[in-house]
This record gives sequence, structure tokens and C-alpha cells, in this order.
Amino acid sequence: MSDLKLFNIDEKPTWCPGCGDFGILAAIKQAFSQLDLQPHNTMLVSGIGCGSKLPYYMKANGFDALHGRALPVATGIKLANHELNVMAISGDGDGYGIGGNHLMHVMRRNPNLTHIIENNQVYGLTKGQYSPTSDRGYISSTSPEGSIEIMVNPMAVALAGGATFVGRGFAGDPKHLTQLIMKAIQHKGYALVDVLQPCVTYNKINTYDWYKERVYKVDDEEGFDSIDFGQAWAKAREWDERIPIGVIYQEDRPTYEEQVEELQKGPLMRWSPERPRDVLEAIKLEFV
Amino acid sequence: MAVVNDMTFKMGGEAGQGADTSGHGFAKALTRAGLGVYGLQDYMSRIRGGHNFFQIRVSDRDVQATSDAVHVLMPLDLETVHEHLNEVVPGGAVIMDSRLKVDDGLLTSRGVKPVRIPLTEIAQREGGNKIMMNTASLSVAAGISGLPFEYIEQVILDNFGSRKGSKIADANIAVARAAYDEGAREFGPDFDFKLEPRPTKPRMLINGNQAIAFGAAVAGCRWISMYPMTPATTITEWLAAHHRKLGIVVKECEDEITAVLMAIGAAHAGVRAMTATSGGGLSLMVEAVGLSAMTETPLVVVDAQRAGPSTGLPTRTEQSDLQFVMHLSQGEFPRVVLTPGTVEECFQAGWRAFNFAEKYQIPVFILTDMNQSSAIRAIDPDRLSLDEVTIDRGELLTDVDLDAMTEEYLRHKLTPSGVSPRALPGHPKGIVLTTSDEHYEDGQAVEEAEMRVLQMEKRMRKLDLAAQDIRAPLVEGAADADLTLVAWGSTYGPVHEARLLLAAEGLKVNHLHYHEVWPFPTARTEQILRNSRHIVDIENNYTGQLALVIKMMTGIDIAHRVLKYSGRPFTGDEIARKVREGVLAHV
Repeated sequence: MSDLKLFNIDEKPTWCPGCGDFGILAAIKQAFSQLDLQPHNTMLVSGIGCGSKLPYYMKANGFDALHGRALPVATGIKLANHELNVMAISGDGDGYGIGGNHLMHVMRRNPNLTHIIENNQVYGLTKGQYSPTSDRGYISSTSPEGSIEIMVNPMAVALAGGATFVGRGFAGDPKHLTQLIMKAIQHKGYALVDVLQPCVTYNKINTYDWYKERVYKVDDEEGFDSIDFGQAWAKAREWDERIPIGVIYQEDRPTYEEQVEELQKGPLMRWSPERPRDVLEAIKLEFV
Repeated sequence: MAVVNDMTFKMGGEAGQGADTSGHGFAKALTRAGLGVYGLQDYMSRIRGGHNFFQIRVSDRDVQATSDAVHVLMPLDLETVHEHLNEVVPGGAVIMDSRLKVDDGLLTSRGVKPVRIPLTEIAQREGGNKIMMNTASLSVAAGISGLPFEYIEQVILDNFGSRKGSKIADANIAVARAAYDEGAREFGPDFDFKLEPRPTKPRMLINGNQAIAFGAAVAGCRWISMYPMTPATTITEWLAAHHRKLGIVVKECEDEITAVLMAIGAAHAGVRAMTATSGGGLSLMVEAVGLSAMTETPLVVVDAQRAGPSTGLPTRTEQSDLQFVMHLSQGEFPRVVLTPGTVEECFQAGWRAFNFAEKYQIPVFILTDMNQSSAIRAIDPDRLSLDEVTIDRGELLTDVDLDAMTEEYLRHKLTPSGVSPRALPGHPKGIVLTTSDEHYEDGQAVEEAEMRVLQMEKRMRKLDLAAQDIRAPLVEGAADADLTLVAWGSTYGPVHEARLLLAAEGLKVNHLHYHEVWPFPTARTEQILRNSRHIVDIENNYTGQLALVIKMMTGIDIAHRVLKYSGRPFTGDEIARKVREGVLAHV
């Protein structure tokens, strides 16, 4: 266990008072500390949005990338230096909307990344438009009569896409969320953690109370086994009445970096750019 | 009287008939015979059918462009005759199967010789497979022009990767021998274009994309992420074929957005990284290029241009992305644009790009095009010299530097040069924070005007610094020229040839060739152009994009332009003709 204070930084979050992002930030720091990680061997890569500002608010290596684009940057960093503990951080618009194609393909690849998606079911930073996870009928400035699209089901998408770790947490239960994030970090492969996170300013439907009435821990369910795809699929389908949180699904599969020949002798970034002269001369001779 | 070592061969047929692979083998034979060789592939955006051809120009000297005149046409189908007969010069030959339904009168009326040989029959009889008809056709070409048979035989052995005695090699050699002998015996005495081997040391046969990829390999590139797009893909394919020897990670991605962002991630972590695409893919990469600039992450992007807009002519050439790469992505930031025009310059751009990217922590573009990507040329291996290569990673902090550090590390530290020493994530004393938002020195987002201005000026200072590293445009020809031909990138070859043709007519002409365009070499440009009476801009695009840059940077207006946007490359003859007709006729 490392000192939690190592991750503190003298920078005040610009989030609204009561924002679910505070709970997520606390849980990430707590998980890093419990797992004995250090600021210098962790790397936070985020997109753009309220939640994607998170790397500013804790001491660690950070890369605030583009809206929707945390995953490819995180994958590039991980494959170039697989000794770093890389965590990607997105919001729901960022991760399930504009970055949806990256999500689909990162699941196939299974790099050893933890992916936190702060899902508040609304576009917050652009001031309250409906998002890919807004409920059908959600009224907003860009859907004045209510959205006519059904919401993305992140758990089902992740299961169908081949994610090797599929979890859901709730920002209103930081203790449970910390445990979940720890499991996700410890998982060998791509781990998706969808975090239900109330937007106190714009989302007046999916509030703390709304979630509290519905969420329950899958671990409390007798007989639930997260390595059983069928059970996981059934849990992924639940939403309106009861919302499961915890590890929904987990499986073992080789990571992407374990299968890349060039990475077996250590991180790629350690290799000097200077290649042996005889190798280069021999390659040149192939053209003769 | 025979013309020696100055001719062009053209083999054409449907896609899938193998004109390109056979043509490449023939080019190799000619290279080994010590001749100047320039091979151009021309194909349609389809896998089967259509019309493809491979054209090989041979000379005593180093040739760097294709020619209008064809001396030996080798049609594998009827369409090739109809498409290309008008290119065959009087005294030239059409080598065809005895059964090809062509009216010989069409040829003889133009002074072209029908060389009818039972190619299919020879392929069947000697090799047991009519697919060897290509081998037969090329062997006839060698036979009538007097190229010693050993060169053909050696290439066949190389291609089938085996010694004599292997079945497939033996079958091809038997076909080649029979066709060669019949061609030489029946048609050789009457054919006036001849080839004579010249002893030279072994030379390379290489295209522009291979030269860029090899340059990147020499520079220590350890990462390429990409999405397949013609004509850039062969760069990645070459690196993938050598990944074990080079220790390079090759990553095909779901789209070009991912490709460029993975390269940015890899570069941020400390690896020399690149991506390669064409205009459509580059359009998708636009936002990420700005990210590279803002986070000061080194990035190398190859744009192998093709004829646009949109899907355009997917397998045809154009030079229409110059202004695009100079301006793409919102906001203002420093960037470098390299525009190689020969395989030597492609090699140099391939390694120099990484030095620019790491020294100045900026995005760097290598602009090439369809024509240059696939055109092969025979060169002396010393022309791609490993001795001239330097690896300069700029202000990259080592572990020792970081161990000794006493203050907090600031990724975007304000410095007089504009370059902030770069730490790679992983060291306890160098926690690296960066962002696409405008930022403070420590990487925290900022909105205050004062820091914004300081960071903006810091980044832009790097452009002035990079300008000192940019190679001045090449000037070839008369120092006191009356006529200056201005061009960039892959038009180097044909413009070079046009200059020689015009100079031979007594004109005082020179050639100003830009191989590193941005930051723009303004002073040198003014020095050359202010002394020239007539200036002609030559570009493979509609608007004369380099001429517009010259006007913007120097105020010099180039009135005469020779522009081509048919998707086809220039020839030297064509440029010389257009300069004579369009420019010289009016001055």
C-alpha cells in the first residue's frame, strides 16, 4: 500500500458541488494507494468532458487527449511502455458516442488497460444535451420533445464485444467503487468500468436518489458467478427496476501486448533508435 | 543504324494477368545489366479485369521519369493494343501472340513491326502452363533487343527462389529460352533498338515508398500504426515484412483516427512513431495532428497523395495536398513539410522527419504521391548512404538527467528556444502532465490570457528554429538563367529531363526544386527567382499550390504555369513541349 497523499495535488476541481466525479476521483486515488501504485508508474489518459478533467486533479502522469479519443492514445502508450499502469478515462458521450468505434476494437485487442467511463447520461460540459446513454424520452435542449433513440447498453455492448472484464459502479458508493476499480486494475486485459454518476446540474432524472432506489450489488446475489456469460448477459439486460453493480463478467484471455513479439524483451521505449549497422546493410542488399 | 540503350518497354493486360510482377522482374534484369532503369506501374482500382500496364524506360544514363515514346509494346490482351499503339514509335515493335486478333496493317501503316510469336503455345509446350506467356513475351523483347539471355535466366532463378533443378524455375527458363531464341532469330536482325550491358557494381532497384520506409528504419522508427489506403500501404507492408529484423511494432487499426492517435501515444511514451496514409485518411487525422502540436508530441505522418477530391482517382497521382498539410487542423502551430522528389530524397525524408519531430516536438509531414510511391528506379546503393544519417532526439531527458533534477518537472516549460526538455513518463522525478487544452508550464489547463500568449509564442518560436534545419531548394542548371522551372516533390524527374531538353536547344534554363517546403525557404527563393527573367511553375495539380505559397511568402507572382491534373504523371517531353508552346512562344 502506498501513501494516499502521494496522489494529492494542489489543484481544485472545477466540478459542480455534489458532482459524482468527486467520488470517482477519491475511489481512483484510494485504489491506486491500496494497490501500492505510485504517481510515476501510473498514467491517466482522458478524453474531453467534465470527467475527463480528472487527470488534472491528482498527481500522476496525465494526458488529456481529444474528445472520444482516450483509448487509442492509451493503447499507444501502453504498447510503447507496458510497465506503466495505464488508465483511460472517458464520459458517456466521449466513450459510447464519438469514441464508440475505439471501444468496439479495444475489446477485441484486450490490452491491459483499465477504462473508467463516467456515465451521467447527459452532456454536461456543453450544458445539458441528451447523450448516447440518456433514456428514451429524455428531454433536453436538443431533444425538446424527448429523445427518440434508445440508450446504449454499455454492459451488453461490452459483453458482445468481447471485453474480458465488464464492471459497473456507482459514484454514490465510493467504497464499493474503490473495490471494483481495484479488481479492474488487477485484471489482466481490457477492463471496462461503467460508473453511474449523477449530474447534479443537468440531469434531473437520474439523481442520487433515483440510482439509490435501484442499484444492488451482484455479489450479494446468491449463486451469481461472473465467469458465467449467460448470467452476465441476464444482468446486463437489467435496468429500469433494478440496476446491478459490481463485476458483471470476467474472463481470462491473453493480452494484446503479450502477443506482440517485439514486446517480450521489455518495453519498446527502452530500445535505442540506433539499429545495428550490419542489419541495415543486409536489408539494403535485398534491393540489389 | 541501331539506337543503343535508349528505349521504353510497355507490358499491358487485365488486372491479374501479372503485368506488374513480370515487369518488375524484367526491370531487375535490366538493372543488373548496368542500365539506367525507371519503371512505372499503372493500375485501376480493382483486383481483376480492367486495364493495367507496366512501363520500363531504359537508358545509358540515370532516368527518373517515364517517356511518351514506347519502343516495345507487349500486349497481353487486345485492349492494350488499342490503348497504347499510338505511343509506339516508327521502327518500334508490338510483341504479341500469333493468335491475337489484331490487323497487322494497323501497325505497319505506322511503321511499327508486328512481332508475332506463338507465345501461348511456347508457354504450354515448354512450361506446361499458359500463365508463363508473360515470361515468353518479355524474353522475346530481350531477344529482339539483344539483351544477353543470362540476365533473364538469373531473374527467373531469383524469383522462384531456387537453384536450377527446381521444377517451376526450369519450366520458366525453358519457356524463356525458346521465346528468346525465336525472337532473336526471326525479328532481331530487323529491330533497330538494342540493349548493351554496361559493367557496373551491383545496384538497387527501389521505389519511393520503400525508400521512405527504409529511411524510417534507419532512423530508429519502432512504431507504425495505420489503416490500409492506396498508395501509402506499401510503406507499412515493407516494414511489416521486416518487423523481426527491425524490432518494430506494426499496428493495423480500425481507422486513421486510431492510427494517428496510437502513434501519438507511442511517441509520448518515448518511441519513434509514424503513420502513413493518403488524403482521405489524412482528413480523418486532422484533429489529432493539432493534438500532437498542442501536447508537443513528436509525430511523423506520410501523406502519399492521390487524385482528389474525396475518393477521386484512387490509383492515380496528384500533388494536391500541399496547401492542405500546410494548414490542416484548427489554430496555428509549427509543423514541417518535406516533399521528396527522388528515391534518394524519399530516403532522406524518411530519416530526417524523425529528427525534426523529436527536436522540435512537432508534427512532421512527408508528402509523396502515387507516382513516386510505386515507381522503381535503379540506383547505386551508395546513394542511400547510412553514413549521412544522424539520429537527433533533441532535448530528451535521460534517467541520469532526471535523477539529478531538484525542481518540479515542467513538461511545457517556457524556454528561449521554445523547446521544453522532454521527460518520458515512468521516472519518479519526471511526472508528465500534458493536455490538448492550452496549459501552464506544468501541463495544467489554463484560461488566463498571459500564459496563453506565452505558450503560443513558445510553440511558434520552434518554427523559426526548425527553419534553420530546412534544406534549401535545389538549383540545377545555368546560374544566369533566363528561364527558371519551379517545381516540388515527384515532378523532379520529368522537370530535370525537360531542363536538359530545353538547354540542348540553347536556352539558359535552370530548375528550382523544393524538397523541404515548410518552414518555407524564403530568402533562397527570392535570391533565385528575383534573378530569373521568366519563371514557369510546374505542378501536378489545378491551382499551382507551390506558386501560391511563393506568392504568399515572397510576393513574387509566377505568371506561367504548367499544370496537370489528369491523374497521370508528367513526362520530360511533355513539360518541354508545354514550356515551348505556352511560355516561350509568348515572350
